[in-house]
Order: sequence, then structure tokens, then C-alpha cells
Amino acid sequence: MIVWQKIIFFIFFSVLLSACNESVLNNPYPKGIEGKQSVLYSSFSERPKHLDPAKAYSSNEYAFIGQIYEPPFQYHFLKRPYELEPLTAKHMPEVHYFDALGQPVAETSTSDEVAYSDYIIEIRSGIKFQPHPALAINKQGQYLYHQLGTEELADIQLLADFKQTGTRELTAADYVQQIKRLVHPEISSPIAELMKQYIVGLGDYAQIIKDKPRTALRDNPIKGVEVLDKYRYKIRIKGKYPQFIFWLAMPFFAPMPWEADAFYSQKGLIDKNITLDWQPLGTGPYMLEENNPNLRMIMLKNPNFHIEFYPSEGEPEDKESGLLEDAGKRLPFIDKAIYLLEKETIPYWNKFLQGYYDGSGIASDSFDQAVQFTGDGEAALTESMQAQGIQLQTAVNSSTFYMGFNMLDSIIGGSSEQARKLRQAIAIAVDYEEYISIFNNGRGVSAQGVIPPGIFGYSAGERGVNHYVYDWHNGQIQRKPLAAAIKLMQEAGYANGIDPITGESLVLYLDTAASGPDDRARLNWYRKQFAKLGIQLVIRATDYNRFQQKMRNGNAQIFMWGWNADYPDPENFFFLLYGPNAKAVHGGENAGNYQNPEFDRLFKQMSYMSNGPERLAVIRQMQELIRYDAPWVFGLHPKSFSLYHSWYHNLKPNLMANNSLKYRRIEAQKRKQLRRQWNQPVLWPVVLIILLLIALILPAMRSFQRRAKETIK
Amino acid sequence: MFNYILRRILYAFPLLLGVNILTFVLFFIVNSPDDMARMQLGQKHVTEQAIDNWKLQRGYQLPLFINQQETGLNKIKQTIFYQKSLRLFVFDFGISDSGRHIGADIQQRMWPSLAIALPSLLVGLLVNISVALMMVLFRQSYLEFGAIVLCIIIMSISSLFYIIGGQFIMGKLLMLVPISGYDTGVNAFKFLILPVLISVISGVGAGARWYRTLFLEEIEQDYVRTARAKGLTETQVLFKHVLKNAMIPILTGVVVVLPLLFMGSLITESFFSIPGLGSYTIDAINSQDFAIVRAMVFLGSVLYIIGLLLTDISYTLVDPRVRLS
Repeated sequence: MIVWQKIIFFIFFSVLLSACNESVLNNPYPKGIEGKQSVLYSSFSERPKHLDPAKAYSSNEYAFIGQIYEPPFQYHFLKRPYELEPLTAKHMPEVHYFDALGQPVAETSTSDEVAYSDYIIEIRSGIKFQPHPALAINKQGQYLYHQLGTEELADIQLLADFKQTGTRELTAADYVQQIKRLVHPEISSPIAELMKQYIVGLGDYAQIIKDKPRTALRDNPIKGVEVLDKYRYKIRIKGKYPQFIFWLAMPFFAPMPWEADAFYSQKGLIDKNITLDWQPLGTGPYMLEENNPNLRMIMLKNPNFHIEFYPSEGEPEDKESGLLEDAGKRLPFIDKAIYLLEKETIPYWNKFLQGYYDGSGIASDSFDQAVQFTGDGEAALTESMQAQGIQLQTAVNSSTFYMGFNMLDSIIGGSSEQARKLRQAIAIAVDYEEYISIFNNGRGVSAQGVIPPGIFGYSAGERGVNHYVYDWHNGQIQRKPLAAAIKLMQEAGYANGIDPITGESLVLYLDTAASGPDDRARLNWYRKQFAKLGIQLVIRATDYNRFQQKMRNGNAQIFMWGWNADYPDPENFFFLLYGPNAKAVHGGENAGNYQNPEFDRLFKQMSYMSNGPERLAVIRQMQELIRYDAPWVFGLHPKSFSLYHSWYHNLKPNLMANNSLKYRRIEAQKRKQLRRQWNQPVLWPVVLIILLLIALILPAMRSFQRRAKETIK
Repeated sequence: MFNYILRRILYAFPLLLGVNILTFVLFFIVNSPDDMARMQLGQKHVTEQAIDNWKLQRGYQLPLFINQQETGLNKIKQTIFYQKSLRLFVFDFGISDSGRHIGADIQQRMWPSLAIALPSLLVGLLVNISVALMMVLFRQSYLEFGAIVLCIIIMSISSLFYIIGGQFIMGKLLMLVPISGYDTGVNAFKFLILPVLISVISGVGAGARWYRTLFLEEIEQDYVRTARAKGLTETQVLFKHVLKNAMIPILTGVVVVLPLLFMGSLITESFFSIPGLGSYTIDAINSQDFAIVRAMVFLGSVLYIIGLLLTDISYTLVDPRVRLS
């Protein structure tokens, strides 16, 4: 046998052997990755920038750190409306209020009477950190890896290269350490400046430690945050800020052992990209086993995770939908969670259909393949999805997208009757129901105000209708006819959209950072909406930086913006219209620079109130004010559609919780069987192609040989 | 030859400085340090104080090119350009704006890029030359005509189509290979089959036609006629004489791209989820991470210069008439 024949035989034999070894050929996971473990397969499209809980603030970052770090409180997995409950805390915090003289005042005191609020948090004993080299100590109690030398560093490329790990009990000091970290200049926490406004002494502390290393945080006390004993700490807040409790359920306030800063501050580790921003250290149900966000991230069950059980209470329908089947069982259920990088939606979607991902969102490309709308407008799965046993879950997000008017603008802004009627007319003309249908595949609900469904203060039905834009007809909401908008235009002095000053069509400007080819149709649609009123809408598309600059300077006229809730409280939405938050004036989040003294007064009042009928009444007054003033065209609240395979359980959308992974459960055996059934390789086309090639080449070869043997006669 | 190489290396310095200045100017025309800070700090609750702090921590509080507040050499030294550029020339890429060590990232990501690019190049070269030789061998026959038509069809289709089509047919319909993904070591093999196959097929149209032109040019030469007159068979003429003499242009095309193989391919890596360098620069541009953009442009320029130098050297190896002076 000559050499090339041997090579071909070897390759053929190897391929055959590998085909025999694997039940399916297209499995993207290494053989034996699961073993006897329960594994979740998921994906991410963009690498998380930060995994340090003091820095991370994006949903794709929270997907990981939410499972690793544990703030003192969490949102109940099943109960709605969203309810906070203790996580590492023993109970909800004790809150004490004091006046300017330091005398205690009642909880019902107004914000003017309260100078300070003390939050006393007690954590549970016996909670331990995950095994980590930063906590490894020798018999003498000295830390093994806090002063690494060149020789020790030579063998270290990954965190897993450290031979020893250690743990210790969680203490109140770890929570205080993290609060100090928020203002350390090396860390650049996105909420540092915000928290300086609330936490007593945090601003001064930033000055104290600005030239000091992170390792100095432990020895420098902070005035307003105090360790009371091993398990209790106190945070002093300026004035009354009831929403602070929601911040305490976010990873910003998760515990950080001082050892983490000591360990990760070593230059030798930083040079090897072994940093706290990349390798977390927490007490949560999972720990990051592998962090290669260019390929995959793997989380393993934390062997030191404290005792926590699946909730036994929920909403009435939770029992019917099987969400209470695991009630009282110890968490977490999943042993390993593997997240693969998938930048493109097409391969991601196909791998989900093959069973290689347990859940998936729905990109617009595959929407029609997955979802169809029934006669009464309800979303349902297509037959092919149902045949695979796929489940559909929908939830209206706690976010809002709107078209804003710059209230500082001389034409569209201000509180004049003319400008207000012009804005109201535009609000009627811009048909967001049509927008949702065309551009969002029906995934969204048109907004009636600033608050999305699921947040206290949102009213459904007739009570929640924006009567300046919609009518209530036969139990259904209906956008006002265009004639109403045209009438408003006439009253505003722009009959048929003609600007009386120029005698031509009124020209308005939409500033946007959306300038890609995909955005063209969307922008044209906006032009058409304004054209209904005879207004010429000029699109001023620019890059995002310039757009941001225009917004900061108050130079934009009309813009589109959105907001995702930090926490489930109306204050987190109304503050987008609070006067002292005006972007152009104070650099805040009020992008339209809306100012209304009455609204501002009500906002302050509402912010300090507890949820109840009185607060609801104030919220309704505020909604009425902004509907009348129309500083925004209330756009839409997006609706997320998610698909899950039949083997995936305990799925209930919780838009506030970041730590839902511990509740999820996978039926690994069922997945294995279905994957095998769905992925049997089809080999005959390959054989056919080979035969076709042979059939094509053979006659040519023969013809060539014949020609080569020809002689001139 | 040594003098020649030394001279070329010295020429590279002003060239790299020019590239560096150009990258710097282009980047900062579009993005200001404030914009970079905002991008890194996120969209919510960002204050001027937070931005100033971010800039100070990363050295972006300095002026871009000239620091009027300093005296003497410090006017140049205490600037963003000087502080961020000088270390590049010793291949110290520093820390990215998001806090990662760029050198370590490049080292980690270049291997997957190479794992795709090298087999794609070698297999592609082999297939392209074989198809071109076949076309020349069967010239003026239905096979050549059919092959040219096929090549033009292949050339006319976007590479994205091959990727999506390949994933659909091989991964989804036939279920022979994973649709996308990557792994290390031997496990990488099954993930490389499809991208390499697609790369070879999508490149065969242009490649085979180019090599066919080269071979046809050679086949009309006098030495080929002489070889035939000596009684050599057509295959002997093609493989022993034509192929050897067509090596110079083939080599020019191949050697110049060799160093750039490390840089990866954006679309292929993105669709197949290969953790290579292809998407590294694009991701950095999107996240306004100047440190990575600067490092990658610099590295690309260095590799291109090396590629051109290697091409010149390779001429002397395949053609004894060429001398470098």
C-alpha cells in the first residue's frame, strides 16, 4: 500500500471511529462534560465587562454575579408584586429615624422632620465564602498567597493553578468593606456619586482614601457605616430614603472579604489578568469555575453554600403551573451552568432547536417560526415548537421607551398653551400600536404613562388610560382619531401643520443615534407619523457620543430614550421627570428637562410614602400632570418572549431578581434522550456527493489518458 | 542580505510611528476621553465627578499631544499620546480601558484564530492549485468550461451566504458537525471542519482562477515547449516545470498573509463563536477601548511589515536570479 493510500485509510478509519464513539456528531460539548451532574446550557452574546460587584451594572453582568454574590436581601422568587425578603440577613432591617438634634422620631414623620435614618442589618451566622486561594491559610493562620513572589507566580496562569484554597465565615465587616469599596478611585463604581448623596460620610471617605491602595480600606473607618458586632452593621442615611432598601438587594451591597482586595491587588496577578473584576469571590450558590468570556463561562455549585430552600408560597396560579412542586427542597438544583459565547442569533437559534441550549429568546428572524398570534391577539407557539414540547413565557418588562421633547426648546418646549397642544397633537399622531406591530412583532404594550405594568402605581383598564391620547370604548382602549390631533394643531396655531412665522410646513428635528441601515425604516416611519399633521420631521442622525453631548447641552429638540427599572418602585420612573434632575441644568436623568413645581412637590411627597391608597392617589395626580403637559410621547413597555425546552423547570419571569438560577431545575435524562432523537446524522447526501464527483471525474480522466496515448498518424 | 533586512527594520519605525499617530488622531476625532469614560461607566447615574475620576485613574486627564502647562520635554511627555504610545515599541500593550492586560489577551486569542486560518490557508492553497492545474490540464474541454462557470458562480456569492448555508446544511439538516463553538486541543477538530470547509469552498473560485491564469501564462513559455519536445507527459510538464516556475507569484500572495493569520477573521469567528482575535478590535471599537484599538492596529502594522519582508526574502529562495541589496 503506498503512502497516500495509507493516509486516506487512516483518516477514513479515524472519522468512522469518532462517529461510532459519539451518539450524535453535532454535539458541541465535550464528551463526559456532564457526568452525573445536572448541567444547564445557556449562552451570552457579549462578554460581561465587569464581575466586581462594585462595578457591574448591566444585565449581562448580573446574570453571573447575581448567582455568586449575596446582598443581604433578595426578591421573593414567586410572589407578586415584587417583595423583598432576607437573603443573608436574619430578618428585614431595623430602621430608626432621627431629627437634626439626633433625637429619635417616628417612622411616620415627614421627610422634613427626618435628618438621618439608621439601617441596622443583622446577618445569619454560619454562612461561608466559596473556596478561594485568597482565603487559604497555613497552620499558623498566615495567608498563603497574599505576598506572592516571582517563583510562585511563574507557575500561575489561571486562578485554578493555585493548589490551596480556603474559606471563612461571612461577617458584617465584609458588607462594610464593600460599601467602602464603592468610592475607591481604582474601582470607579457607577453608583459612587449617587451613594455619596445618601450615605453619611461616604463623600468624605472618598477623599480620605483617594491616594491609598485598596488594601487600606480595612483599616480606615467610615463615619456613616459601622460594624456593630460580628453579625450586625449599621448604615446611616441622610434624611429619609425608603428606596434605599432596594439598593440593599443589589450586588453593589454584597459582601467582599478584605482578603480579596489584598490578594487581587498583587501586580503579578494583575499582569496575568487575574483580578477581582474577572474572578469573583462570594457566598452565593455558585462560583465561577472557568472564565473565558471569549469562549465560555462555567459556574459550579458552591460546596460551602448555606442552607436555603425553595419557596413554599407564591401566587395562587403557581401551584397549578407546577411552580410549587419543589417547595421546601434545598437549593440549588443545578450543579453546573455552562454559558457559551454566541454572537450571532442564527447559530444560537438552531442550537436551541437541536436541544443544545435549554432556553432561548426569540430574534426577529425566527419570530414567525416560533410564535403565531391567535384570533384574540394572544401569542401562541407554532405547531413545530409545540411538537418539540417547547414552552413559551412572556412578560412585560419593567422598562419604558418614550419619545421625549426638550422642554427648553423654544418651539416644542415650555409650558405655553401653544407648545403643550402641539405636543399633545404629536402624542396622538405617533401611533405606537402600529410601531409595536411593525417593528417589535407585537412584543410590547403601548404606554399610558411613565409606570410600566408590575410596578406599584400602574393601573390597568379604564382607570389607567391616558385620556389626552386614548379613549375608552366598549371596554377597550382606543387611540384618539387623527382629527383630534389636527384640531389641537389648529388651536396651537399650526393649522394644517403650517408654521405661521414662515408660512411653510412646521419643521421639527428628531435627534437620534440610530443611523444604521436597520434604523432607516424606523426613522421613515416617524417621518410619516409627523407628516400626518403636516409637520416636516428632519432626522438629525449622529453617533452616540455626539447625541449624548447634545442631550447634555440641551440642544436636542425631540429624542427617543428609554429606562430600565433599578428597583420596583414608581420613584425610579418619576424621577426621570423630576425638575432637579434636569439633564441640561443639573446633569441628571431628566433628559427632557421637564420642570413643573407641582409635579416636583408631589414627587417628593410620593418618594417618602409607603405603598397604599394615599400614595396611589398622589401617583395618579402626578400621572395626570405629565399626561396633560405631555413632556413625553409615552411610547411602549417592551414584552419579552422566552422559549424553554420541556426538561427545564421552575421558570417564572422575575424581572427584579438577579439570582434565579438557584431555583431552576433540569431533567438531564429527558434532555439526553431528546437530543439523541433530534440529532441523528444524515449521511446519504455525503455519499451521493462523493459518487457524483467520481462520476464527473472518471470520464475526464479516461478522456485525458486516451488523449495522452494518442499518436500522430 | 543582512544590511537589507536591517534597513527595512529601520524603515519600519517611522512607518509605525505614522500609523500610531493616524490611529490616535482618527480615534480621538470620533471619541473624547469623556465619551470613553461614559461608555465604561455605563449609562445610569454617571456624574462629572465619576468621569473625572475615571480619566484620572487611566491617564486620560492629560492633553492629547501638547501639554502647555508643562515645560521642556514634559510638554510632550505629559500627554496622552506619549504616555500611551511609547511602550508599544517594546510590545508592552499595557492595560485595556476595561482593566484587562492586553498582551495576555492577545496571547490567549491568537491561537484559535491561527487554528482556523492556517488549515484554511493550506487546504485552500492545495485545493486552489489542484483545481487550477486540472483546468489547465483539461483546457479547452467541457471540464474547463464548467469549472470556470462554477468558479465565477462561487466568486459571485457573498461569504456570509456560505457560512449561513454551510451551518444550515451541514449542522442543521445533515447534523454532521456542530453548528458553532470551539474547544481546546484535540476537541477543537470537530469545530474546525465546517469553518475550514466553508473557507476553502468560498475561496476556491477566485483562487483557482488566479492560479489558472498564472499556469496558462507559463504554459505558453518556450521551456514548456522544449519539455514537451523532450517527450515528457503533460502531467510531468505541469507538475515538474509549470508549477515550479509559477511559484514566485504564488509565494508573493501566500507569504505576505502568513503573519496576518494571527489576526483572525471577524465574520467567521463571529458566526462560529471562535474565540479569536478577529472580533477583538471590533469589540474594542464598539466599546471605545482605545488601548486595545491602538495595540491591535500597531500589531497589525508590524505583522504586515514582517509579511512584506518575508516575501522579499522568499524571492531569493525560490528564484536564484533575485538578490537583495
